[in-house]
Amino acid sequence: MSETPAPLLDVRGLRKYFPIVKGMFRRKAGAVRAVDDVSFTVNEGETLGLVGESGCGKTTVSRCILRAIDPTAGQVLYRTRVGEIVDLAPMSRRDLAPLRQEIQMIFQDPFGSLNPRMTLLDNVGEPLLVNGVRSRVQRMDRVAELLRLVGLRPEFMHRFPHAFSGGQRQRIGIARALATNPRLVVADEPVSALDVSVQAQVLNLLLELQKSLRLTFIFVAHDLSVVRHISDRVAVMYVGQLVELAPTAAVFERPQHPYTAALMRAVPVPDPRVRNDDGILRGEVPSPAAPPSGCYFHPRCRFAEDQCRQEAPLLRETSPGHFARCHFAGHLELGPG
Amino acid sequence: MNAPPLLRVRDLHVSFKMDEGTVRAVDGLSFDLFPGQVLGIVGESGCGKSVTMKAVLQLIEPPGRISKGEILYQRDSGAIDLTRLPPKGAAMRALRGAEIALIPQEPMAAFSPVHTVGDQIVEAIMLHGAAGSRREARAQTIGLFRDVGISMPEQRIDAYSWQLSGGLRQRAMIAMALSCHPRLLIADEPTTAIDVTTQAQILALLRELQAKYGTSIIFITHDLGVIAQMADHVVVMYLGRVMEEGTVDDIFHAPKHPYTQALLRSMPNMHGETRTALPIISGALPHPFNRPPGCPFHPRCPDAMADRCATRVPMPVETEPGHIVSCFLHHDEAEPA
Repeated sequence: MSETPAPLLDVRGLRKYFPIVKGMFRRKAGAVRAVDDVSFTVNEGETLGLVGESGCGKTTVSRCILRAIDPTAGQVLYRTRVGEIVDLAPMSRRDLAPLRQEIQMIFQDPFGSLNPRMTLLDNVGEPLLVNGVRSRVQRMDRVAELLRLVGLRPEFMHRFPHAFSGGQRQRIGIARALATNPRLVVADEPVSALDVSVQAQVLNLLLELQKSLRLTFIFVAHDLSVVRHISDRVAVMYVGQLVELAPTAAVFERPQHPYTAALMRAVPVPDPRVRNDDGILRGEVPSPAAPPSGCYFHPRCRFAEDQCRQEAPLLRETSPGHFARCHFAGHLELGPG
Repeated sequence: MNAPPLLRVRDLHVSFKMDEGTVRAVDGLSFDLFPGQVLGIVGESGCGKSVTMKAVLQLIEPPGRISKGEILYQRDSGAIDLTRLPPKGAAMRALRGAEIALIPQEPMAAFSPVHTVGDQIVEAIMLHGAAGSRREARAQTIGLFRDVGISMPEQRIDAYSWQLSGGLRQRAMIAMALSCHPRLLIADEPTTAIDVTTQAQILALLRELQAKYGTSIIFITHDLGVIAQMADHVVVMYLGRVMEEGTVDDIFHAPKHPYTQALLRSMPNMHGETRTALPIISGALPHPFNRPPGCPFHPRCPDAMADRCATRVPMPVETEPGHIVSCFLHHDEAEPA
């Protein structure tokens, strides 16, 4: 019997609080719990989709993993290329530096994430330079290879970003992320600024690259149909917490949390014969600085009972691999999205 | 429909003269909008949908100009051609905001941050003489806020736009657009910057208000799901031209143009297979200075015919009642050379 390898990433009890400061003396008046006790794992070679509406903390989670910001508490356990398990959360900048090659990011805005004054060679080759590839010829070879990999012509390396369309720039951003042969790629809304036809091309590219390079993706997005298309498993966030985590098909066919179900019903169906406003979620997302009592979702939940107002539910496993943070998970008639 | 169209756009051309050449942003566009109808204009970036909206409102700024065509707006006293009105003249200013109102994509940018939203709406009402006094206008504004589902309207009327959430801000914008009882409402990507559950609320609100007031709406978006949910009639644009036009049911269930078909196929949806390659539209949008001869879509079209599509421009032809298509697969009428 072979032992299943440890997950590539194991996030445990992750918290990120931003202080609220008031007055002239910048007195601490409270905290925004942007990420509040989030735990999940990501296995090697899989895509975990992280979804939720603005302010739910999905981007903050991804930035904590990349250590673009410092988590307030929790562990980010990462299995390195040599099989050692390290906690990224408390690491110093110096210890992190060699690991940065292994964990890379693709940004939402392909216009803002490339330096307009640098050619593609310098934009895509910068991570190589940072990681000690001093020879320009070597960098040119690698950039040519990377451009080919993302479906661009190697000759383009001497041009500047402004000469490219949105879709091409996103390909350039992907090439740049791949420059150091990463194992884990965090993609934050990588296709949401793109047109439908371009979006399909970039999604196909990501799927191809994942297969050929054995990449692991954390795919952060608000578009549920895109997340459904690309993810093996999906994590749904609401007000800084994970409310549901399960394999993609289970989340979309048998959602266990009323928020997940409502989120899916809110997606406009591209079929004029299916029009209805039933089950539109009322109200607004509460502020993570002053979340409601009990279950954070109870003020908007049509199934809420007294228990929900008083007791905060825990994220619990309702069927193998399917987690939901709801007192009544498994007992509600939610139907497929 | 017996009533004459509220708006008749005929052979509209809008071009932008740049140093590098002339961009034909809208290139011979014609459509009708009937009273009480919701007309969806859909297309990807650069298709000319927003320029069309600006042309109707006479908001095209140099170097752009309407180089040809008519925009006939029907009033009780007869039709007037908006293209003949001076953009800054009294006649156009009386129409704009009163009879023809706009819901913009970014309500954050549309409201002034230094005046309360209430004051700005009162201002609009007074400007167009829709109320006798400021007190009356204020009462109307509170009523409008209630209509668009803003809770605590008496307090919210004195809020600044930056104090409101994205959803509330867009509701306030809708209240402003409706303040002078427009006959024609132009919604330019009104929910693109908004989260999906809030989007569902705003779309339901627009449908409800449309049913209540019978306002004609031009709904511009790139989101096919939103179009399917909102429009009665759909115009599909590509590079400034109509590719296809028909009832929303025809467009989604019996599309004729290869571009419409490809667009619908390339969208990830909530039911299809996951983690497989999406059908794509090959190639990229041509550069605006580099319009292909013949049918604008032919270089990317899977069904392009060598003998005609590259040389002749297909006319929009009504091949079935109410269903217009510009494609030689369906007819043989070309623009005179």
